Amino acid sequence: MLTIGLTHYLLVAAILFAIGIFGIFLNRKNIIIILMSVELMLLAVNINFVAFSVELGNLVGQVFALFVLTVAAAEAAIGLAILVIYFRNRGTIAVEDVNLMKG
Amino acid sequence: MLVQALAFYVFAAILVLSGLMVISARNPVHSVLFLILAFFNAAGLFVLLGAEFLAMILVVVYVGAVAVMFMFVVMMLDINFVELRQGFLRYLPVGGLIGLILLVELLLILGSWTLAPDATATEATAMMPPVGEVTNTHALGQLIYTHYIYLFQAAGLILLIAMIGAIVLTHRQRPGVRRQNISRQVGRRPEDTVEVRKVPTGKGV
Repeated sequence: MLTIGLTHYLLVAAILFAIGIFGIFLNRKNIIIILMSVELMLLAVNINFVAFSVELGNLVGQVFALFVLTVAAAEAAIGLAILVIYFRNRGTIAVEDVNLMKG
Repeated sequence: MLVQALAFYVFAAILVLSGLMVISARNPVHSVLFLILAFFNAAGLFVLLGAEFLAMILVVVYVGAVAVMFMFVVMMLDINFVELRQGFLRYLPVGGLIGLILLVELLLILGSWTLAPDATATEATAMMPPVGEVTNTHALGQLIYTHYIYLFQAAGLILLIAMIGAIVLTHRQRPGVRRQNISRQVGRRPEDTVEVRKVPTGKGV
């Protein structure tokens, strides 16, 4: 209990990932919260990467976590930009109103 | 050891609680603020693990850029968030069920996984240096700028594309705004604009 090992970190990451999934289902109308939930899930993945990197003594895990951070930042930027122009054109961002492409 | 365990539990507890608050807060601004708190506590966990560079990157990039960007968008768009929250309770059971199933699956994996026997046998360059010899940032830099230089450049390109894409998407040309047109100014000739008239004396134009 008092020695913190790999399992503790994996547990925290698993809980955080489940919270992210839960958030996507819970806020199905609000795409901003959905994007934040995706960020939480990516954070959980990063915790896993770093925990395994430290456990195995291999720095590649941290390098990969860095790339995950990069892609997450790019994704958030593009997602929010799309959100802003969608709101400018349509005046709403409710997910079920986004059906112009009939997808 | 006790301090480390205590710090871990504090960081982990605040991380999970603020994660829960992100998805359940009534006001999206509060959601963003809890997201920032979650990132700070994740950075604390990274420091506990010995990954200081990633912890600092998390604070600088996520809290400083991504979360602030979320904050800008939430505050800039005039959205009726009450309307968006309708159906929250309707989605609660199925969302909770799926989240719970996923969590149980992850915990089952967590209880039964083992490391592959050759998992640690990678090339010697990626080995984590012993504590106190080289800092984490130094070791990461030596790895990124040598063996992973192409991936590093590709990551930079991804960020560049994201930046250009965001600018192109959100840039708008407002009609009716008079801007300076330098090529028109330079290309302007006296014969196009100045008319010389012969005015007879005493007659007027």
